[in-house]
Amino acid sequence: MTSVVKGKANKDSQKVKDRIISIVLGVFAIVWLFPIVWTLYSSLRPYKDIRANGLLSLPSELNFDNYIDAIERMELPTYFYNTAIITIPAVFLTLFFGSLMAFVVTRYSFKFNVAMLLLFTAGNMLPAQLVFIPVFKMYLALGDLVGDRRILYDSPWGVVLIHVAFQMGFATFVLSSYMKTIPKEISESAQVDGASVFTHFFRVMLPLLRPPLASLGVLMTTWIYNDFFWALVLMSTDKKRPITSALGRLQGEFVTDYNLLAAGAMIAAIPTLLVFFILRKQFVSGLTLGSTKG
Amino acid sequence: MSTTAAEKKTSRRRRTFSGRDKLTLGLFIGLPTFLHVALVWFPALATIYLSFTYWTGIHIEDIQWSGLANYQNIFFETPRFWEAVKVNVVWLLWFGAIATPLGILLAYQIDREIRGHKFYQSAYYLPVVLSMAVIGIIWNFLLRPDGFVNGLLGLPISEAVSFFGDDRYNLWVILIMASWRHIGYIMLLYLAGLKAIDATLREAAAIDGATEWETFRKVIFPAMQPVNIIVIVITIIESIRAFDMVYIIYGGRGGLPILGVLVFENIAGEGASMKGAAYAVILFLLSIVPIIAYLQQQFREDVR
Repeated sequence: MTSVVKGKANKDSQKVKDRIISIVLGVFAIVWLFPIVWTLYSSLRPYKDIRANGLLSLPSELNFDNYIDAIERMELPTYFYNTAIITIPAVFLTLFFGSLMAFVVTRYSFKFNVAMLLLFTAGNMLPAQLVFIPVFKMYLALGDLVGDRRILYDSPWGVVLIHVAFQMGFATFVLSSYMKTIPKEISESAQVDGASVFTHFFRVMLPLLRPPLASLGVLMTTWIYNDFFWALVLMSTDKKRPITSALGRLQGEFVTDYNLLAAGAMIAAIPTLLVFFILRKQFVSGLTLGSTKG
Repeated sequence: MSTTAAEKKTSRRRRTFSGRDKLTLGLFIGLPTFLHVALVWFPALATIYLSFTYWTGIHIEDIQWSGLANYQNIFFETPRFWEAVKVNVVWLLWFGAIATPLGILLAYQIDREIRGHKFYQSAYYLPVVLSMAVIGIIWNFLLRPDGFVNGLLGLPISEAVSFFGDDRYNLWVILIMASWRHIGYIMLLYLAGLKAIDATLREAAAIDGATEWETFRKVIFPAMQPVNIIVIVITIIESIRAFDMVYIIYGGRGGLPILGVLVFENIAGEGASMKGAAYAVILFLLSIVPIIAYLQQQFREDVR
């Protein structure tokens, strides 16, 4: 009897507590969104409006002029093109190599399977700075060897390769833990039917990997798109840099063009905002595929 | 190869491969492994070696063994290194004591489906998809001398607070910016873990009259062991390797000393030397414990 009463009292006080918690979280959520909302707002205001009425005034007009200006003066299409020719091949190759590795490691029993997987996963966690100097020298040396110094250094391919080499470790790990959940019988029946290793991979396993490939694809795209370090150190020509790395210089160059910079930052964020609004499920499951097994 | 009865039994698992299949398998693992080893492991080992040398970085023949000279230089003759270590330690303490627990708390409340939880989840998740570069720019808008916060304080530009330039504020401002993303990241990871926990566990605890805090501490938290380790690992690694945002704000020169930027100054561009290699190795050694913890967690079942 007393415990029931106590239970009810607990419940009521919990309700009050929940309301307070909800309000606190709500206030913080608004604070959380504010920096982005403010940037968006600034990007829509003409510069002269701020000059005339002050930063904190209400706008006399809102338009997309800053966006058009930013695209032209910051040469954003060039940088987006640079991003695309790095991100697309890098994501594709990472997923392809990752699924090859995962396939062999989980479907064919060799002695070194676990060791291989360990090597790849550990490699993925090394700091980029630890590998930079030799990679840089190797790129230059290879360039000298073939007679074109910029074949890998200061070239999108060099950035693609380093991303693939690094991210492959994560992809292999995630895909192999997914493959372990696919019944062995499927592989066995393919082998009994006399399928070659080639057919077994491309016709049987790869189609089954679609869900984790979609999640990983979204996650990898976001990561590689957001990468700052590699394109900064492996490229010397500013005009070849992808948008994320180019932002650093653009910020310096357009530091006084407050609203232009705001528009540029918003445009640079668009691809990742698409991930946020549309591909959220894939992004989150990609993130958690790697962090919690299964 | 003769097939005995014993081998026949296992032939479904260990069959002999045709020449073509062997070639295919060889290519399947050979190509990725070559790329990974050539561009990750080999350079990593090479950097460790180079950290014990003097080298101008041009001719391989010029590499000279220097023993611990680079490390001695860093530890005893570079006060900036210790300043950076101090900043990274504060960063780690802040993430460990404030940002990460807040992320966990947030995940816990959202998982309880508190009123408005869907909106809260989206709001806290938004910064996670943004790049550090964009985050740097966005916050710069708020904090620059002619930005929102100074406008709100009503200070004219000449008297404006320099949030990034003033030593009293810059570290804390940067930590808040970094937390903006980190809290949402931890929330996402933890939330996914919480969703996987058996709901009956929580109900049983509630029936036993456990308070929220007791339920969390004694039931939920222990059940989240794998995710807890991941979250700790991420917290440590992000604190040690922080670079992008600080670089975006200070342009790699001066400003807040932090290990990531110090390494960058010494491995790339004009200031490059093998001291940079030693810095990179230090950065690696600092994160080796979380790396091992992560691998142990992920490979527990495989190794057994």
